[in-house]
Amino acid sequence: MKKFLLISALISINFIAFSQNRALPKVDLKTLDNNTINTSEFDNDGNPIVISFWATWCKPCVKELTNIAEVYEDWQDETGVKIIAISIDDARNMSKVKPKVNAEMWDYEVYCDPNGDLKRAMGVGSVPHTFLLNENKEIVYQHTGYKDGDEYDLFKKIEALVK
Amino acid sequence: MRKLTFIIACSFIPFLTWAQDNSSGTVQGDFNLSTQSYYEDPAINAVGVDEFILMNAYSNIRYTKGNFTAGVRFESYLNVLQGFESNFNGNGIPYRFAQYNVNGLDITVGNFYEQFGNGLIFRSYEEKTLGIDNVMDGVRLKYSPLKGLSLKGFVATQRLFWEQGPGIIRGFDAELNLNDAISSLENSKTNAILGGSFVSRFEEDNNPVFNLPENVAAYAIRTTVNRGKISFNSEYAYKYNDPAGSVTYNNYAPGNALMTNISYSQRGLGIVLEAHRVDNMDYRSKRGATGKELTLNYIPAISKQHAYTLAAFYPFATQPSGELGFQGEINYTFKKKSKLGGKYGTQVAVNYSRINALNGGPSELTINRDHSPAFFSVANEELYFRDLNFDIKKKISKKVKLMLNYLDVIYNKDVIEGKIIGKNVHARIGIAEVNYKLKPKHTIRSEFQYLSVDKSDEYYKDQGDWVMGLVEYSFSPHWFFAFVDQYNGGYTSEGKSYDAVHYLNISCGYTKGTNRFELGYGKVREGIFCVGGVCRNVPSSNGFTLNITSSF
Repeated sequence: MKKFLLISALISINFIAFSQNRALPKVDLKTLDNNTINTSEFDNDGNPIVISFWATWCKPCVKELTNIAEVYEDWQDETGVKIIAISIDDARNMSKVKPKVNAEMWDYEVYCDPNGDLKRAMGVGSVPHTFLLNENKEIVYQHTGYKDGDEYDLFKKIEALVK
Repeated sequence: MRKLTFIIACSFIPFLTWAQDNSSGTVQGDFNLSTQSYYEDPAINAVGVDEFILMNAYSNIRYTKGNFTAGVRFESYLNVLQGFESNFNGNGIPYRFAQYNVNGLDITVGNFYEQFGNGLIFRSYEEKTLGIDNVMDGVRLKYSPLKGLSLKGFVATQRLFWEQGPGIIRGFDAELNLNDAISSLENSKTNAILGGSFVSRFEEDNNPVFNLPENVAAYAIRTTVNRGKISFNSEYAYKYNDPAGSVTYNNYAPGNALMTNISYSQRGLGIVLEAHRVDNMDYRSKRGATGKELTLNYIPAISKQHAYTLAAFYPFATQPSGELGFQGEINYTFKKKSKLGGKYGTQVAVNYSRINALNGGPSELTINRDHSPAFFSVANEELYFRDLNFDIKKKISKKVKLMLNYLDVIYNKDVIEGKIIGKNVHARIGIAEVNYKLKPKHTIRSEFQYLSVDKSDEYYKDQGDWVMGLVEYSFSPHWFFAFVDQYNGGYTSEGKSYDAVHYLNISCGYTKGTNRFELGYGKVREGIFCVGGVCRNVPSSNGFTLNITSSF
């Protein structure tokens, strides 16, 4: 019975239009000053937004954000893209996020998701996990993990959005 | 459970036909599978399993339309991987919920995760890789009656494998942002937030000997103050008389915790100082529960979370029964074209943490119900953990990056691994990592790590020294190949001697978009695997691993 209900629920999901891009879920996050901000407040004047999930203890995440930081100015000039880095550090490391971001000299918007609410809402299993949003703040591309050079492909996707 | 699944299933139907607005709902999901085969290998103490192959898998599916969200998670452990609790064996839907928001009132029915403040009295969370999922099941409301004030409340029970714990948990939290709430402070350079929370557990008293409190409460107050480059956070929590452990001493000692941190940061520099004191703060939704079961709160570990394999060899885990800890960290970037920065800049970090026992032991362990340990005592107390570590990152040229790491760690093996007072392990660990970019999308990464234990009689020699080497070749965006060897020179433990052994492991991975496949073969050493200060013991094993993750 239980299984049947689940299956019927899943089947009914299939009838919902899949063609549409997925909207960014509305979830409360913490700013680096511990204020509350909702993801619906994310804005980049109709230009693309990249959302990158990371953590202070995640080496590939820090590598990804460091490598993008080297080319971020060029990316902004050419496409107007904004990068929003979401730290999934919990209470253990949350106090280290702001000093880390400053010491790394990252010019990203950075927010904290200490209990994984946005992580769950966006289906992020492990970090790094990167999303690209179009002018309507709909998710048009996502990618898990990071290997050196992955940023070239991400930039191609961003360029395709603004052309 | 069945009823709720039915309700959620039904709730999808109206959205299919009643198009109140023109937008259709969206569906999103993720999938995660880990399988491993286990072969017997006496050289590393690895045991085979009768099933040959074990598997952990789960999938989340969420439906969103406007202010409405519903979701389920299917979990399957056939049978559960070694290192996890065998109580997970089986299939089921332990997570299903519906949530909607009407004019600012946010209602969740079914399962939810929640955290009050830093989690000192309440945090419900999941960490699948550690086998932790203490999700709540009940009703939760969130509301903001005026600008700057947010309220949260819930009544729920807590997950225990495939069942629910016996306690009924009630919680309430309020947070006030003074700058948003008071108009005259709106443009103040100082930003202040106050918060308070209250949690109570009801559990029937059916103990024939003792008259146990059926309601056990805890409260916490917190504040954050920011001004310019300085941030200050502090939280104090108090737990009322909670029958502890096995309830044999008739000891209903209260508990308390205080954590505080202050940070200063500007472009290129970050400094953090932290301290915390914890006394008898193990708080669960069932009295006497142990291990990772039914934990209601979360005491963050006050030490650095290391990522390199041998740096994480001796990880600290918070002792919620009682500890006093300090931590400091400095991150600094030498600017480009400066003497120490070179062409690309150099990043350095220094971190120090030290944690010791409370004076005279925590309140809960003593038979004397009036004992309360001194607030501050460091010098003569038993050391639990100490870690001094240095980190240097340097880009040498367009193609080469170098990372160096050094740690000096003292680890109280007996206490951290759950025994009574004992000896420490003193380890020094050196790590070098080189990244070499062959072509724009082709990178070779290599790591060399060395761990040396202090051989004097004052310390445990534990498993002696370790050496590790890693070579990884990655080809963006799809492929990686890795080869790892961990070598142990042999040691003697509890009268049994172990020969020198190589833990060889090869793996390769393929990623396309959000689909990721990873196949590995080799030996895995026994050890503690930690995320966020919570740890799981992984036994030695030898075999194939296959991990697949996906999301849409």
